[in-house]
Amino acid sequence: MPSNRSSKATSTKTDRMQFDLQHVVKLARIELSAEEEKRISPQLSEIIQYVEKLNELDVDEIEPTAHVVQLTNVLREDQPRPSLSQDDAMRNAPKSANGLFVVPKIVE
Amino acid sequence: MPHTLTIAQLTDQLANKKLSSREVTQACLNRINDVDDRLNAFINLDPEQALAQADTADTAIAQGRTHAEQPLLGVPIAIKDVIAVQDQPLGCASKILGNFNSPYESTVAKKLRKAGAVMFGRLNMDEFAMGSSTENSAFGPSRNPWDTERIPGGSSGGSAVAVAADECIASLGSDTGGSIRQPAAHCGCVGLKPSYGRVSRYGLVAFASSLDQIGPITKTAGDAATMLGVIAGHDERDSTSVPEKVPNYSAEITDNIKGLKIGLPREYQVDGLDPEVKAAVESAVNKLEALGAEVREISLPHTDYAIATYYIIATAEASANLARFDGVRYGARVDGSDPEQMNRKTRGAGFGEEVKRRIILGTYVLSSGYYDAYYLRALKVRTLIQKDFLDAFGQVDLIASPTSPTPAFKIGEKSGDPLQMYLSDIYTISCNLAGLCGISVPCGFSSGGLPIGLQLLGRPFGESDLLRVANVYEQSTDWHLKRPELG
Repeated sequence: MPSNRSSKATSTKTDRMQFDLQHVVKLARIELSAEEEKRISPQLSEIIQYVEKLNELDVDEIEPTAHVVQLTNVLREDQPRPSLSQDDAMRNAPKSANGLFVVPKIVE
Repeated sequence: MPHTLTIAQLTDQLANKKLSSREVTQACLNRINDVDDRLNAFINLDPEQALAQADTADTAIAQGRTHAEQPLLGVPIAIKDVIAVQDQPLGCASKILGNFNSPYESTVAKKLRKAGAVMFGRLNMDEFAMGSSTENSAFGPSRNPWDTERIPGGSSGGSAVAVAADECIASLGSDTGGSIRQPAAHCGCVGLKPSYGRVSRYGLVAFASSLDQIGPITKTAGDAATMLGVIAGHDERDSTSVPEKVPNYSAEITDNIKGLKIGLPREYQVDGLDPEVKAAVESAVNKLEALGAEVREISLPHTDYAIATYYIIATAEASANLARFDGVRYGARVDGSDPEQMNRKTRGAGFGEEVKRRIILGTYVLSSGYYDAYYLRALKVRTLIQKDFLDAFGQVDLIASPTSPTPAFKIGEKSGDPLQMYLSDIYTISCNLAGLCGISVPCGFSSGGLPIGLQLLGRPFGESDLLRVANVYEQSTDWHLKRPELG
């Protein structure tokens, strides 16, 4: 786990107040209309308030479970084998040219 | 009425040349034509392609191929719009995929094809499998064939409706928190969620990768066994699929259930449990006892935390999985002056509101400063929930409960209140959190004529026990024979 993710807050009230929809929406790269924001914001606050019931439990000594099956890395020989052709891989692209995906200009 | 047949009945008639695959496929297409404008189970259909597959199957049968070699030879199976079938549309009932047409085949589709199935249609669902009612589809809601004012359940609503209304012989759905079992219960079908790792997810569009499984919706437990036998197994293209032997499910479901121990969780007597659902499930459990099972009370102490745990983990995983829908490589795009603006506009216009809500919630619980308080804590509670089940399965072989606390609710009844919708998943989500297998079988009707489902949960890779109990129960009841009247 990245070390910059600091442990935060068991105080539920502070967390709720800090929920900043604008900031999270920017992270998620989703544009919301003003109307959507107005509707979604209280719904999310209510859901966040609900999930904070997990704070009732003492989990300090509990190991996290990210996956229920014990997984190990699956390895194979690094040998070329057939894969999707470039045409097939590109065929659903919204905009492409010369076998490349076209996006808006990144640097002026 | 060939479209009303089960897999077992149909393959029998196909083998005896009493019926052709073209006839049954055409019957399904006719049925869709007659009833689907009222039900909206199918969001895409290519009759020519379906009939061409049927003709191929008929040729194979004429040349002497048997159902022992190809268990689904000539059987029309419809597919949820989240599973890739080569050269068919794949849209997850979302606008963001535009006119996406799959350049490759999922492993389950490959296996169905190899087994001779006629794979047809794209079935409606909650967008990206996020929802419990199929109201979150960009193509409008599917409707419950028992009462078209009501939801069919979700997210595999179209998969359940198509089977219940005899528009196909069986279907495939996916289940992340109940999305196969709950619509099966609401529509009066059998819905099986295999154990995590039992069926390859290669070619299943990912929602929450530590929870997603593909499974069948069928008219009988025996048909579910046949379908599972075809789609189960290890796949090198899905590193979470487990190299565990696939039993002969169809052979193993016929034994009796004498001495099998069934647990009833004390914590499942929740406030919102409808009295008619409670009575139907109790009566089903009494029946199982009469058939030889031993019933005892058990405890799953962390039940009350399952929904909160699920909605943190599932949304966190979804926020990462759905980052790929960025308007660059596939699907619809809304132009912007720079790539980031293009991403934001594309995702704002392409995703429906529930998907946005979940991506935002998932982004929040993973964001700097909140990761430990929400996501990491939920993973720890998941450990406790899994341990509850491990302890329970030390005492009993199966766990019985309602599939859903109420019969199907009205369209629009909960769509403005996402939290209320989430709370209705109480009985189904723990199964995914703990990696168990689960099945829903019809066990009665409400006074309003709506189907009620009995859920059975089993140990990881314990599908044979589930199917056996479901089959034995079915043999002694006739709930699964009832069909909605659609005229």
